[in-house]
Amino acid sequence: MAASDRVEPVSPRLARSDRASGRLPWMLVLPALAGLAFLVLPLAGLLIRAPWPTLVRRLAEPQVLEALRLSLVCATVATAVCLLLGVPLAWLLARVDFPARRVVRALVTVPLVLPPVVGGVALLLVLGRRGLVGQWLEASFGVSLPFTTAGVIVAEAFVAMPFLVVSVEGALRAADQRFEEAAATLGASRWTAFRRVTLPLIMPGVVAGAVLCWARALGEFGATITFAGNFPGTTRTMPLAVYLALETEPEAAIVLSLVLLAVSVVILASLRDRWVSAA
Amino acid sequence: MFSRLSRWTLALPVALALALSGCGSGAPAASTSAGSAAAGEGAKEVTVFAAASLTGTFTELGKAFEAAHPGTAVKLNFGSSATLAQQIVQGAPADVFASASPATMKTVADASLASSPTTFVRNKLRIAVPADNPAGVDELKDLADPAVKVALCAEQVPCGAAARKALDAARLKVTPVTLEQDVKATLTKVELGEVDAALVYATDVIAAAGKVKGVAFPEADQAINDYPIATLAEAPAGPLAQRFVDLVLSQQGRDVLAKAGFEAP
Repeated sequence: MAASDRVEPVSPRLARSDRASGRLPWMLVLPALAGLAFLVLPLAGLLIRAPWPTLVRRLAEPQVLEALRLSLVCATVATAVCLLLGVPLAWLLARVDFPARRVVRALVTVPLVLPPVVGGVALLLVLGRRGLVGQWLEASFGVSLPFTTAGVIVAEAFVAMPFLVVSVEGALRAADQRFEEAAATLGASRWTAFRRVTLPLIMPGVVAGAVLCWARALGEFGATITFAGNFPGTTRTMPLAVYLALETEPEAAIVLSLVLLAVSVVILASLRDRWVSAA
Repeated sequence: MFSRLSRWTLALPVALALALSGCGSGAPAASTSAGSAAAGEGAKEVTVFAAASLTGTFTELGKAFEAAHPGTAVKLNFGSSATLAQQIVQGAPADVFASASPATMKTVADASLASSPTTFVRNKLRIAVPADNPAGVDELKDLADPAVKVALCAEQVPCGAAARKALDAARLKVTPVTLEQDVKATLTKVELGEVDAALVYATDVIAAAGKVKGVAFPEADQAINDYPIATLAEAPAGPLAQRFVDLVLSQQGRDVLAKAGFEAP
């Protein structure tokens, strides 16, 4: 029911009735425009100050492409990790009644609240060379996460996963549980019901969560530089390159930011079109 | 559940609008009071932008200044020198700028916002190693060993530029595992034992005494960092700004800075 309600606004019936009433409610439109301006004006600031004449030369620098490639790869792998771990976690929170569920739900959002740099230090304390788990990882497998590309992915996944979990849990709570119950009466196991009924039902929520998660991972700075460090080619992602460029060459930082923005806007817009038309 | 959700989404923009209008009416009031104070019997507030490595010493000096000038308040803003310089050039209302490098001071001076900067201290590099020194580092040459994990500051920030100079002077090729964004981040990696050694300032080693050990090395003399201080052209505090600089340059100021490991210029 809820799912079908949500696709209603795009139906022609509603659009017509909206036009018939004629007037847009200013109580909504004014704050909406103010909100839009608030979000877009800083971007305009970047565009105005961008060093257009040297833009192409700066973009062709190998370090820029290297950082961009690293950013895209890491954000994508981190999103995949978040999907693998985060969707089941959201299911657990939404569908399984266990003690202290509220506390667990609050804990899941900790990375949202924690300043990312603190998150990075926390990761070091656990997964670092002398960390609780990291010590054992290095002794047993010779694996050390800090200062590696894998470390970047860990940091990004840590910071971005709550976005996915919160979105998917919301979708699960809005989805009608009777479909799952019907599947169960027809003999489906809970796993089959999840895979064949629930997951397709909440797909828009999963996609929205994954997009948010990817965008957050792409822009991740604090936890990455703290946990994974900053070295060109292995851990220097675009946000790190932007920050360092800002120290000496603000123009270069603007160019790098614009590249990151342009790439993410293109990818997000094309994904969205694809999924909205598919729905 | 759905209707409750939509009620919330409605309430949010309204709350935001209220908050915005609240900010709008609050901000001018605050600036007028600051303006009248500046116009009146001398300002009572000095805003000091200082390099992150001065956090401890300038906090102490700020308190000393407030004690010596009853009724005044010293507002301290610590950060990366380059970031602070950018903020000043973009119009941040600062009275005094104490920077960790002549280059960042030059950014401000080039915008004719600072006049006649004075070098007030110098800072030397040290090798910082974890308290148990797992890699047995005792001279600069040890950092070139591929088995030793080294953290350096990025060359864009003053401690990184100094590290590069020192390593060049020693003709050493060091491949660090990370190039950190500031000296405190570099030091953190040593404190946590993630790296075996790092090049940081002598003052940072003293500030982290107990958690890291410092190793002095002769090549550090090739890469001494000068710290300039200047009052800013548009200082809202007027003459009070110069008095703060005078305190930093006084014997009292020098004592505080020397205790933290800074060297006299």
